[in-house]
Amino acid sequence: MFNEAIFYFFAALAIVSAILVVTRRNAVQSAIFLVTALLATAGIFLNLNAEFLFIVQVILYAGGIMVLFVFVIMLVNLDVALHQVQFNRQWFVALIISAVLAAQVAAAIMVSRQSLYTMPAAPAEALEPNTERVAFYLFHTYMLPFEIASILLLVSMVGAVVMAKKRV
Amino acid sequence: MNAIIPYILPVLFALVIVALLPLVAGYIVLVERKVMADMQVRLGPMRVGPHGLLQPIADAVKLLLKEDIIPESADKLVFWGAPLISVTAAMLALAALPIGPFFQIADLNIGLLYILGVSSLGIFGIVLGGWASNSHYSLMGALRSAAQLVSYETSAGMAVVGALLLAGTLSTRGIVEAQADTGWWFIFVAPVGFFIYLVASIAETNRAPFDMPEAESELVAGYMTEYSGFRWALYFLAEYTNMVVVASIATTLFLGGWMRPFANTRAFNFLDYLPPLLMLWVAGYCFRRTPKQPVPVQKMFMAAVGLLCIVVALVLIMPMAVPRDSFLASSKPGIHGAFWFLFKVGAYIYVFMWLRFTFPRYRFDQLMRLGWQFLVPLSIVNVMMIGVALALHRQLGWPNWVTFPLGILLTLIAGGYLLAMGEKHEQIRVGDDENAEVDAREETPVNV
Repeated sequence: MFNEAIFYFFAALAIVSAILVVTRRNAVQSAIFLVTALLATAGIFLNLNAEFLFIVQVILYAGGIMVLFVFVIMLVNLDVALHQVQFNRQWFVALIISAVLAAQVAAAIMVSRQSLYTMPAAPAEALEPNTERVAFYLFHTYMLPFEIASILLLVSMVGAVVMAKKRV
Repeated sequence: MNAIIPYILPVLFALVIVALLPLVAGYIVLVERKVMADMQVRLGPMRVGPHGLLQPIADAVKLLLKEDIIPESADKLVFWGAPLISVTAAMLALAALPIGPFFQIADLNIGLLYILGVSSLGIFGIVLGGWASNSHYSLMGALRSAAQLVSYETSAGMAVVGALLLAGTLSTRGIVEAQADTGWWFIFVAPVGFFIYLVASIAETNRAPFDMPEAESELVAGYMTEYSGFRWALYFLAEYTNMVVVASIATTLFLGGWMRPFANTRAFNFLDYLPPLLMLWVAGYCFRRTPKQPVPVQKMFMAAVGLLCIVVALVLIMPMAVPRDSFLASSKPGIHGAFWFLFKVGAYIYVFMWLRFTFPRYRFDQLMRLGWQFLVPLSIVNVMMIGVALALHRQLGWPNWVTFPLGILLTLIAGGYLLAMGEKHEQIRVGDDENAEVDAREETPVNV
């Protein structure tokens, strides 16, 4: 009961702030609501006993990436952006896409209701050394994908530096 | 009802911390002013209370009563909320810190990551406050602050990773217990890591010599230029709380947490008498100064401070005076642990003060170069060398006293190499007189 209340609180917070991210005109305010949305997602992770994911979400997304976002937004001339048209109003296309999406979600819910197979809840002790579990799967079971992903990130970082610098 | 009981003590403890912290921050400011005065051969605050002991309270009352000015063109809501973000983030971090084996709000299994993550949210308070003020100085201060905090968080995090490798756990309590098991504080096993953390933590708390965000000769007061009264006080509180937090992290990770020096050596058990003796010495000083106070009220106050010190000394000596198997004797680790923890935190903050009054301020490009071109590579080498030392010890069975000094030596060599490279870089730039100016501007990683 208590757990569900917490889940709905964070879920509502995430949805409301996600909507506000796109509707606010001011870029800084959008960024603030994006931080709130990310933190609410982190709260849901914590509610699911995934402490490591929770803290990684806070450190990387809220504390790292969003700080850089805000940093860049402040360097941009906001007064100009405020007067520009920010929305392309295309009601017809939007309606179709929303309808398709809604149908998809509804279908998923219906199927999961009807099927006999429901995901069993993981016992609390199976998640226990949370960080160790994540580390084990990351560096043992999924070693190769992990390394490929990190090399990809390194390449993109070097590429960004090369493009930004005139003379290396 | 039964479900609530385990939460009562932590909630009580959290309330005590939140209530005491403004007072503690105020007195850190007083100590700082006193240390500064001493270094400049002055007396410092002397008027309010004996030796200025009531100065923090007078300052707090003044700040509360001051007019709360919000600039007309400011973003009101963000301006109003930004200091709260800073304070909340700083205070949340205290929840996972073990002040002695018995006093801890929550022993999280991600303890250290939690502290790092939550305190990194404090940047938003600074950046948003600077932006919402709608003033150039504030915005510049905020941008500098964000750049500086993000840069130095990297090296601080890497320094922390080194100690984590040694401890093998993220729980703050587990880290201290790992040090208690071997009896070696991690500062002796990973001195380079401690050095990196020391420098990075000064930069992260925006203190001199890295106080670029609020360099008063360039930016008035940085991100808090437009703030006044109580909101300004909140920023100040957040800053000093952050100091306590970084000092506590350093104490937990590198300085043995709540452990007494030489905790595992029986011959040094007499050190247990040091805390009460120290308090008695302070009490003696207070009583000696009592007759010299100018006003009767101040005489009484000085004597009261002396009495308070005696009470603390009695509390510290009590567990040792009663029979070994009584309940009071079992409280000794808790009480003495809290003393040693707070003592180490105080010593770390004291070092911060020395540095503030000793070194001139860095230039912003120097700050960035130090962070990215010296501290970050050095901290990566440090982590690698600790890993190598641990692997040699565990996999190949080399003795501890060979592997760790070897790792430290190699890290130091790498550090020396980095320093030499930096100097060479500098010389080339100085020698190349035609393009020297242009180069210096171009090569600064983030030029704000």
